[in-house]
Amino acid sequence: MRDVSLSTRRHTTQESLLGPHFWRYIQRALGYLGMFAVVLIVGIPVAWVLSGALKTNREIFSTTPQLLPANPNFDNFVKAWQAAPFDRFYVNSFITTLFGAGAEIIMAVTTAYALVFVRFPKRDWVFFLLLVALMVPREVVLVPNYLTIAGWKMVNTYPGIVLPGVSTAFGAFLLRQYFRTIPLDLIDAARVDGAGHLRTLWHVVLPVAAPAVATTALLSITAKWGEYIWPLLITTTEDMRTLPVGISRLLDQEGNTEWGVVMAGTLFVTVPVMLIFLYAQRFVVDGIAAGAVKG
Amino acid sequence: MVQNSVLALSDYNLITRSGPFVGLRNFETVFGSSQFGKIIVNTFVFTTVSVVLLIVLGLLIALLLNQNLRGRNAARSILFSPTILAGAAIAIVWIYIFDPRFGFIYTILKPLGIPAPKWLTDPAWAMPAIIIVYVWKNLGYAAVIFIAGLQAIPRELYEAARVDGARAWERFWYVTLPGLSPVVFFLTVTTILSSFQAFDIINVMTEGGPVNATNTLIFHLYELFFQASSPSRAAVVANLLFVLMLIVTALQVRYLERQVNYA
Repeated sequence: MRDVSLSTRRHTTQESLLGPHFWRYIQRALGYLGMFAVVLIVGIPVAWVLSGALKTNREIFSTTPQLLPANPNFDNFVKAWQAAPFDRFYVNSFITTLFGAGAEIIMAVTTAYALVFVRFPKRDWVFFLLLVALMVPREVVLVPNYLTIAGWKMVNTYPGIVLPGVSTAFGAFLLRQYFRTIPLDLIDAARVDGAGHLRTLWHVVLPVAAPAVATTALLSITAKWGEYIWPLLITTTEDMRTLPVGISRLLDQEGNTEWGVVMAGTLFVTVPVMLIFLYAQRFVVDGIAAGAVKG
Repeated sequence: MVQNSVLALSDYNLITRSGPFVGLRNFETVFGSSQFGKIIVNTFVFTTVSVVLLIVLGLLIALLLNQNLRGRNAARSILFSPTILAGAAIAIVWIYIFDPRFGFIYTILKPLGIPAPKWLTDPAWAMPAIIIVYVWKNLGYAAVIFIAGLQAIPRELYEAARVDGARAWERFWYVTLPGLSPVVFFLTVTTILSSFQAFDIINVMTEGGPVNATNTLIFHLYELFFQASSPSRAAVVANLLFVLMLIVTALQVRYLERQVNYA
């Protein structure tokens, strides 16, 4: 696209000395170098996981470990699947993610709509209070939440896992930023046509804001999927654990960790999210950027 | 929050589900404990170093990726991908990378004859290890936000600067950086807030150890509640965290209100 950080025009004396294209080449080279670095930063750990998951124990615990497996094989995946009830973990993660993310998205959309398009006194104050209330991270209200859920006898149940995560600030905040860029004329037109708030939201705001909503949804889904501290506390039996908690227990229980098995296990957790991300990445990355930059 | 405060002022018992009012005694116990100073320092170090690294590295990468390069969108997405992965899984992967006998770092350092540090069991290396993992996970987010910020800076400003004869670094200093200041602010605030909550990596990788080297406020909260079974003292820590975050959030809201669009 365009280039804003450094100049491609020739104004400085060095440039005239070294030829018109010199700095442009340097800049390009640096750019590709940066891209290479980026791919390495992320790629090395990923490659290490794959390599570990495909190695045999002998290769992993060798005194002279090698970077790549000599004879890649899938035994570790089978062993990992048998080492813990991963089928249960998948079911648990799926259910809690579906309901948790679903509820969170509905809350976020309606909250953002009210904050942007519904006029009421002291709206900015409400926004501030809401931000504060929602931004209180769940980690901080861990203890009261736990006692509340325990009081409702929901420890080790799906509602117990899902409920405290329904309200979070991030989605509402991101959507509010995006909703504010929607021309008010559009809303007024819907109003003139006799649409109520729900219809305006459904037929006008949501279609226009589809990328932002999709971004919020995806972030919510990946966050719920990766949730750790709360499911760790609120589940007490192995059959209620979600994937991230289950996989970390795989590590704890073994004094001498079988790295190949554990790496295969981490792939169980990460691959589904990676697939969703691969499918939606441009969308999401753009959406996040837009939410942060549009004032 | 109200419940947190009530809890903090009482001596709550998890089994009887009640507790007498004890005033500020829990605050004295928590703030007076021998490890508390260390925990505050750890939290401060973790947050500051992580935020600085994320801002500096994020900006550098964004400047590089913001050029007209083939494959840069793919690079941007690759860099972003760790952000969406489960922290627990990432932590496990990095334990294996850091492993002093079988890990990746050992594997590449051994032929070079450099001894690999015992990252997670050495009090001097545990915090750097945690910070590396945290920065690794969140770097893509920072870079993506910076790239968006760079692209939001109006081109006319650069044209104008060029007409005025500004050199490349002058344009960076007087156009790019001021144009990015809202983004830097946004990232600083969100990163501070989320670094206060970085629990999964610490719990999986070090459990606050060795000898409290990676014990932060959020881990201490968990430790007090679920290991020491003292919801009241955990609530004291929660109150402290809340006040800290309230301050940061208030700063952000005030700033957002004041900031008309820079575009």
